[in-house]
Amino acid sequence: MKDGKFVYVTYIASTPEKVWDALLNSEITKKYWERENVSDWKPGSSWKHQRYDEARTVDLVGKVLESQPPKRLVLTWAFAADAANPAKHTRVTFDIESIDEMVRLTVTHDELESGSEMERGITSGWPRVLSSLKTLMETGKPLRTWAKAKNA
Amino acid sequence: MDDADKVFKALADASRRKLLDSLYGNSGQTLTELCEHLDMTRQAVSQHLAVLEAANLVSTVRRGREKLHYLNPVPIHGIFGRWVKKFERQRLDALRDLKKKLEGDRDERR
Repeated sequence: MKDGKFVYVTYIASTPEKVWDALLNSEITKKYWERENVSDWKPGSSWKHQRYDEARTVDLVGKVLESQPPKRLVLTWAFAADAANPAKHTRVTFDIESIDEMVRLTVTHDELESGSEMERGITSGWPRVLSSLKTLMETGKPLRTWAKAKNA
Repeated sequence: MDDADKVFKALADASRRKLLDSLYGNSGQTLTELCEHLDMTRQAVSQHLAVLEAANLVSTVRRGREKLHYLNPVPIHGIFGRWVKKFERQRLDALRDLKKKLEGDRDERR
């Protein structure tokens, strides 16, 4: 059953354009995500999530389902090893709304298999990535996003 | 009240922590579902949820006439990152695991 769903929200003192750019611009994702999101971001195109290591390891892949800058981006989301197996593909929706002087960024990750490796990964990953993104945008300095993972 | 104040105030109540425990076990519940497992009136649950939502610890999604509640741990992670340094994190994890091992199956929440 792929009915697992998580909804993460963070309020960021910024503009929708800057938050959109921070999700896709590799110069910025390098600072808080330590990964790069690569695509032309047109509906139907593929995208990949890769490291900055020498091998440029690709961790995640998927397709762009919807792209409305700077408001909404919908992607399919799978481990690179599961690229050819649609049953293992999950879905991520980024919604960016302007509220007063702030932006509400909502990340909805659904079509997840309960108890799967992907579910375990994203439930510890999104809170880290999003709180680091917020800190970077508001203070200019990121949190140590993957502190434990890198030193374990 | 600033954002951190709201988070601490929301967490400083056992009933609200119980609601978060329930959502941690099963995210995406309606008010009715949350009431089923808790010894609180519907009105009390609804008020506690409003406090948790204002602190951004609970996010909600509308599905038809229903409102689904999801645990949103992003602000808690922000607080954690504020005081825990890069190299402390794995030591703290090791200490937590040791405590769990020594104390057996005792409820972790205590």
